[in-house]
Amino acid sequence: MDLSGLEAILFSGLALVAAVSGLLVIVQRHAIYSAMFLIITMGSLAGLYILLEAHFVWAVQVLVYAGAIMVLFLFVIMLLNLPREDVAWATHDRRRILLAAGLAGVLLVELVLVVGWRGGSMTAPPLPAGFGTTETVGRLLFTRFLLPFEITSVILLVAVVGAMVLAKKHFD
Amino acid sequence: MQVPLSAYLILSAFLFVLGVIGVATRRNALIIFMSVELMLNAVNLSFVAFSRFLQSMDGQIFVFFVMAVATAEVAVGLAIILAIHRNRETVDVAELNLLKW
Repeated sequence: MDLSGLEAILFSGLALVAAVSGLLVIVQRHAIYSAMFLIITMGSLAGLYILLEAHFVWAVQVLVYAGAIMVLFLFVIMLLNLPREDVAWATHDRRRILLAAGLAGVLLVELVLVVGWRGGSMTAPPLPAGFGTTETVGRLLFTRFLLPFEITSVILLVAVVGAMVLAKKHFD
Repeated sequence: MQVPLSAYLILSAFLFVLGVIGVATRRNALIIFMSVELMLNAVNLSFVAFSRFLQSMDGQIFVFFVMAVATAEVAVGLAIILAIHRNRETVDVAELNLLKW
């Protein structure tokens, strides 16, 4: 069964949703709308991971990014109860914004040119069995990448302790 | 028609540049933080795309580590934003100029 036509349609749809909601993240006047559109962006990226045969990464993206991290964001936004900004872009430093947008445009053109110039039109090769499954990822994490994996747990521990200390009301 | 690698990379570049614009122009610390997350996601997309097209699992493992570090970063960063808001009643980065020369 030839599914490549369907793949192209799915890619276009998901890429469009990701790009548009990514744009909407940075132009909102209230942080809560930004967070909502960021969730949509992450969801469509999760769909792209399915297209790329990365099943484990898909699950982690939905659970950790769209789930845990964004819930934390929404929690903090609600907790701070920020007022709506008057304008999304501060008008009095227009020069800085133009400079930033110009530099970002140069960066984008450069990235696209590099991609188009070197090996960008590569098509997907066939994959070995079990590519991207939880089993394969788990095997690699506990064999070749055991040391980084253990260090990651230390980073998470430090982050938990640090966050608790920082968010405490009074330093003793 | 099969989706080429360049399509994924261009989408990734676009999302990354959106994140750069957000960090450089917005003044709400929370939105700046979300733009950083957008950039991390863009890079993750590149990693997964390369992993697929080079038939190597290493990219996906790297995405796993990027996500772990992003989680740690969000936890600490949001705690810092909370502490700043408690002391200064604002999250506008233009008003947080104590360390500015």
